[in-house]
Amino acid sequence: MNDLSPTCPVPTAVGDPCITLAHGEGGRLMRQLLREHVMPVLGNEYLLALEDAALLPPCDGPLAMTTDSFVVSPLFFPGGDIGSLAVFGTVNDLAVSGADPRWLSLGLIIEEGLPIATLQKILQSLAEAARRCDVQVVTGDTKVVPRGAADGLFINTAGVGVQVGPAAPGPAALKPGDQLLVTGPIGCHGMAVMVRREALQFETAPTSDSAPLRNAIGALRQAEIPYRAMRDATRGGVAAVLQEWAEASQTTLMVSEAKVPVTPEVRGACELLGIDPLHVANEGTMVLAVPPEFTEPALRVLHGVGETSRAVRIGEVTAGTLAGIVVRRATGQEVPLDEPLGAPLPRIC
Amino acid sequence: MRYVDEYRQPELCQRLIAEIRQLATRSWTIMEVCGGQTHGLLRHGIDVALEGVVELIHGPGCPVCVTPLEAIDLAIDLARRPDVVLTSFGDMLRVPGSHESLLQVRATGGNVKIVYSPLDAVEYAASCPDQQVVFFAVGFETTTPATAVAVQQAGQLGLENFSLLVAHVRVLPAMEMLAASPGNTVQGFLGAGHVCTVAGYQCYQEFAQKYQLPVVVSGFEPADLLSGILECVRQLEQGEATVCNRYQRAALAAGNRQAEAIVDDVYEICDRSWRGLGNIPQGGLQLRGRWERFDARKRFALPELRQVESSPCPSGQVLAGKMKPRECEHFATTCTPESPLGAPMVSAEGACAAYYRYAKNAGDGACAQPIS
Repeated sequence: MNDLSPTCPVPTAVGDPCITLAHGEGGRLMRQLLREHVMPVLGNEYLLALEDAALLPPCDGPLAMTTDSFVVSPLFFPGGDIGSLAVFGTVNDLAVSGADPRWLSLGLIIEEGLPIATLQKILQSLAEAARRCDVQVVTGDTKVVPRGAADGLFINTAGVGVQVGPAAPGPAALKPGDQLLVTGPIGCHGMAVMVRREALQFETAPTSDSAPLRNAIGALRQAEIPYRAMRDATRGGVAAVLQEWAEASQTTLMVSEAKVPVTPEVRGACELLGIDPLHVANEGTMVLAVPPEFTEPALRVLHGVGETSRAVRIGEVTAGTLAGIVVRRATGQEVPLDEPLGAPLPRIC
Repeated sequence: MRYVDEYRQPELCQRLIAEIRQLATRSWTIMEVCGGQTHGLLRHGIDVALEGVVELIHGPGCPVCVTPLEAIDLAIDLARRPDVVLTSFGDMLRVPGSHESLLQVRATGGNVKIVYSPLDAVEYAASCPDQQVVFFAVGFETTTPATAVAVQQAGQLGLENFSLLVAHVRVLPAMEMLAASPGNTVQGFLGAGHVCTVAGYQCYQEFAQKYQLPVVVSGFEPADLLSGILECVRQLEQGEATVCNRYQRAALAAGNRQAEAIVDDVYEICDRSWRGLGNIPQGGLQLRGRWERFDARKRFALPELRQVESSPCPSGQVLAGKMKPRECEHFATTCTPESPLGAPMVSAEGACAAYYRYAKNAGDGACAQPIS
């Protein structure tokens, strides 16, 4: 038998440090988490005040406000992560609404057991994205839920922006002859996430298009392009946006399949899984409708901005028929396109 | 994109359409057997392009549509058990059983997991030894080799927590039943290309001879489908009834012998009840005796269910090609993808869902007609 140890056993950390329920309970651990991991990357005069609400300066125009929750799994995917996504998603919602994004709130719902290093990496990405978009995180909240009650990390961001210039007339103003543009290859985000989540093996995996659109929208505004409607084509993809526009304007939107830009990786994955890229989510690609005479000027402006340098015309607005969207397939046939019920489920063969 | 773009070339497709129109001296009724083909035809508007010369009837080749009600009810029973994880192909989840679908079961706490391959289910079982992992093995000859390999792999790994709920079906007996039925109007068949890549097409010789019906093995891209239809129309115009392969890049006469050997090792032919069509002699596959330890029905002592369709859905007539989805009084009124009355409205490959998606409003070229 060994001699008894004269010292008291001390608890030692096993493995990587993780978020525990205590990190969300308002005590020392929570303050330590904020001090060591949140403030150094996100801190600014409003956030560092640690008040219950951020007191913001007066603005020179009407305010626009939006909110979005991010529950993407996996947290990291080719082309982005939940942190940058939580900034770009909300900033894009403000930008396409004609607002200049200024401030964000940040709500973190963390599943117990998330490695602190993972959280740190995500917060750094989030901070970098905020810098890129020139927005500040001015208030926040952190909750920790027991293992199994969330999927690693959920993020909610609300955004406030200042309306600049007159708001776009919106989809109800679409007229036959208007041209439909997309600002880059479609379906990249949805397929990047699905391929990574389901661990599908492809030689070249799709990369998310997650990116801010405010520069492109700013450039369009500066060039005084009178767009009729503009929307980032997130969940439901380009088809969901067009469906809403067709309903709002009682027109039929005619899209040429051959003109819709799709990268070879996304196309390969979609063909294999039996999914139409028009239905797949984007996170940095928008659809806009412009009067026909502004098609070329709008494309020239978009081509001059990095994020939208691959913008193309994909179709046009026509007089209303029974179908909201009609796709001219590669074969030349014109076929109505319906919206899917929910997330597309891969076909079995 | 190779193997896709060259079969979607507009000039090629338009030329084939023109050739078919030129060749046909009357309207011919052709059935495409496979749900994937139904989708291709409607997605690319081929049915409308050939209106007047070819009437396309959508056959019973949507695997999830013909999976019998009792198999879905058994799958739901399994998914509700605390120690079981039911794994399945994605589009099986929305198909209604007697009372609910697997999607509803999952939403209310059942263990249902979508996998992309039965081999993923084996891998999952190996990683979770404390849980019973059941794979819902549905589908035609296209999916049977993969589920058969899954069983063999589970055998090699000595897994005691993996099993299959088998509801596999075979194409040829269903075609025989349709061809022999008294009201049959089908004059030619497009053979299911992917089924033939596995099972070959020699097996159709006797069928074509016996029923005097041409069988043209076809692929899924628009030019594949049009080329198959063209050959079928040519044979019908000439009064021929032979088996012809128009999917040469994938299908061989003898099929894939290695895959066939694996299927034969694991499965044996049995009679099977098809949803909407009833019992089809030799219409299914079941695990051979030496693999019965992987049979979920035996492992969980599942009861022999005999479910009766209570739904007003005339899916049998749709699957047999005797009714077009739009002719059904429930189509797009009381039966929609949101609340389907029957399986063909559920699956992406189901004829009704395909019609709803692509041709709901398109009767008589309506998509070119202004509303007012």
